[in-house]
Amino acid sequence: MTEMLRDVLLEARGLTRHFGGLAANSNVSVTLRRGEIHALLGPNGAGKSTFINMLSGDLPPSSGTILLKGDDITALPAHRRSRIGIGRSFQRTNIFPTFTVRENCVLAAQSRQQQPGSIFTPPLRNEAVVARSREVMALSGLDHCSSQVAGTLSHGEQRQLEIAMVLATNPLVLLLDEPLAGMGAEESSRMVDLLARLRRDHAILLVEHDMDAVFALGDVITVLVNGELLESGPPAQIKASPAVRSAYLGEDEETGHV
Amino acid sequence: MARFFRTFPMIAALAVLLVFPMFGQIFYTELVAKTLILAIFAMSLDLLVGYTGLVSFGHAAYFGIAAYAVALLTPAGAVNAIWWVLPASVLAAALAALVIGVFVLRTKGIYFIMVTLAFAQMAFFLFHDTDLGGGSDGIFLNSKPTVTVFGQQALSLENPTHIYYFVLALTVTVYLLLRWLLKTSFGHILIGIRSNEHRMVAMGYNTFHYKLAIFTIAGALAGLAGFLQVVLTGFVTPEMLAWHQSGNVLLVVILGGIGTLIGPVLGAFTFVALQEFAQGLVARWQLVMGIFVILVVFALPGGLAAIPARLRRRLVKGGGE
Amino acid sequence: MDIVSLLIQTLNAVQYGLVLFLVASGLTLIFGIMRIINLAHGSFYMIGAYMAFGLSSGITETLPAMIAVGLILSFFIGFVLEWAFYAFLYQREHLEQVLLTYGLILVFEELRSILFGNDVLGVPVPEALAGSIPLTDTLSYPVYLIFISVACLIMAGLLYYLIRHTRLGMMIRAGSHDRNMVQALGINIDLLFRIVFAIGFMLAAFSGMISAPMTSVSPGMGNQVLIISFVVVVIGGIGSVGGAMVAAMVIAFADVFGKLLVPAYAGMFVYLVMALVLLWRPEGIFRKG
Repeated sequence: MTEMLRDVLLEARGLTRHFGGLAANSNVSVTLRRGEIHALLGPNGAGKSTFINMLSGDLPPSSGTILLKGDDITALPAHRRSRIGIGRSFQRTNIFPTFTVRENCVLAAQSRQQQPGSIFTPPLRNEAVVARSREVMALSGLDHCSSQVAGTLSHGEQRQLEIAMVLATNPLVLLLDEPLAGMGAEESSRMVDLLARLRRDHAILLVEHDMDAVFALGDVITVLVNGELLESGPPAQIKASPAVRSAYLGEDEETGHV
Repeated sequence: MARFFRTFPMIAALAVLLVFPMFGQIFYTELVAKTLILAIFAMSLDLLVGYTGLVSFGHAAYFGIAAYAVALLTPAGAVNAIWWVLPASVLAAALAALVIGVFVLRTKGIYFIMVTLAFAQMAFFLFHDTDLGGGSDGIFLNSKPTVTVFGQQALSLENPTHIYYFVLALTVTVYLLLRWLLKTSFGHILIGIRSNEHRMVAMGYNTFHYKLAIFTIAGALAGLAGFLQVVLTGFVTPEMLAWHQSGNVLLVVILGGIGTLIGPVLGAFTFVALQEFAQGLVARWQLVMGIFVILVVFALPGGLAAIPARLRRRLVKGGGE
Repeated sequence: MDIVSLLIQTLNAVQYGLVLFLVASGLTLIFGIMRIINLAHGSFYMIGAYMAFGLSSGITETLPAMIAVGLILSFFIGFVLEWAFYAFLYQREHLEQVLLTYGLILVFEELRSILFGNDVLGVPVPEALAGSIPLTDTLSYPVYLIFISVACLIMAGLLYYLIRHTRLGMMIRAGSHDRNMVQALGINIDLLFRIVFAIGFMLAAFSGMISAPMTSVSPGMGNQVLIISFVVVVIGGIGSVGGAMVAAMVIAFADVFGKLLVPAYAGMFVYLVMALVLLWRPEGIFRKG
């Protein structure tokens, strides 16, 4: 019995990126479907960051195409991609440290309401924006510290804010770059729960080193080595693959998150 | 209660400024008027430097372009109403800022500083070398614009005291206008751009558009200051666009403290006081000014990186003062 | 325009371009390696010119001696300046750098005024180089202008050799990419940067020195040079010495031939070129990382 294929939301075809003589990504193709968490694995230097940067619009590909719901968005600049539904979180926390948590989320949510009527009013008067930021703060477990200045949050809380800000932009596709990085056990499991819940309505690309989380959450796993796609498939297949084992899983079993 | 302690000094200062011309000599009336004009000029630059993170070293260009526009658009013999001269000169400055902004905002960091300086120099040479603006001598205003309301003369811009109150009214207006603007989402977007432009782009903001918008607004306000300056002094010279002018107004913004809107106003008064003091005492006041500038930089606690702390306090209180 | 006049203008452009290149290369080194925006760079050029005036007024007689003393003196001054003021500016915000170096400009201007007054001063062309090469019956080209070009080329060659083929050059290049790494390797990065800065100062001062007999030595002479060098660096790309050479030539030719074709607007012509380049490549033609 064939699996019902879910909606294809984001498709990367043959993405290649050169830096001088070095090929950071070679002909990598990935399909992101609604309701699926697609995990991207690979040792350091495998080209995962480059790949995400190409999808988010931070880096133009040397060749290849990117399609959102069938439309070619390869030439679209980063801010436009965000507007059409591609949300991206960063590996190194990329928040506004001098704003409060609420202000961070409000600024993120405001991006969906940039008409003159909305931006020339005080931010907290915009009901839709305030409502949305309240929602995402609750979703990421930050409602208890909404008035705290973001720079004073703990590292784990900052990672939560990172996610909240992406969610505040109502994305269709989530590109998450190591959301669990530096998190303690409790925070990690909370984040894993959140991601599992988000899976239902979004297509998620997850770059992570935490093996437990990856195999718990991932519906599809793609392994990159030296910029090339080594193998792609369901978790069971990846776990059993000898090629993957030798290239990656072997060394990482020791360093993987318990 | 805290609110009272913040606004009371400002109200008191405003009261002093209102009654001051009645007690002072014309010289001081004109001096304070010049200071207020400098304050408007500095507030406009603060929008760029303090709020959006754009260090422009060519802001004097818009100051001077508006002044030249007044001189060039008001030929001898004609009666020139302020109702079109003022908007026309401000518009000229705004257009220049828009066009130049399209070019310079393609760059960042050090490049941006350099190209803003270069474009201001271009404008300087335009007025200094060509016949357009009377060359290095500048132009005298043929006549100051008239201020008539329903056929009656409301103000005489030949009268220093009238000019003073006109300038004061505009300074307060600009201050209140900017305070409102910075409290809106637009203002927060600007601060967001200064804080983390990359993230703003990732969140879906076309930061180029916002930077261009504020660059144009700042240029327009600098033009307003330029209009007032030429009306006050009665003449315009290329020196109004010189990079010393751009450097001085930048210094004024720093003196007053980045991250506040009243800062540039305080900075303007400090700067003029310093200039008067130094010029009065010392023949080589430029040396004093230079050493002072250097000392200010050495003395900034924590350097300008301490500025975020100020911004933080401002924002947590709900923005603005 | 006939061939000879064209030749003369071309030689002028080349000479101007080479002088610009030397000044701009110092600026781009300081930018690119030390990440400091230095508004006082034009003042360095001016200091060199006034140094030439001082040296030619009897302290030394022969040209080689003057050049040698000038170079040593400028290296030393640059070294001390960096220690006193510029070392403070590392890692600091651009705004602080702009302000501090702006303050330095004011101080240098005043010191100049105190030491040398405000008159326009002349520096005599050294006798050995005072002649002209006849090109036609009526036109000749001053030997000294050719000397300037040659001197600049030699300096440029030395700079190239230093950066590409010496250990110091290697350290400089490494230090521009990763300051901490170089420090971890036991190299005294502070000293290294001080030397780089002194070299940058020296290049600018040298340009001012050898140009002095040809341009006049006057107040404010540094300002225009500064702005044009900025334009050269913007067009050529920060940190790229090769880019500075290309850009300096482009600017020099644009300026010289611009003055011929559209004299009234010649001053603006250079900025127009910059604007066009900005449209095409906002990071300069040869932008380095």
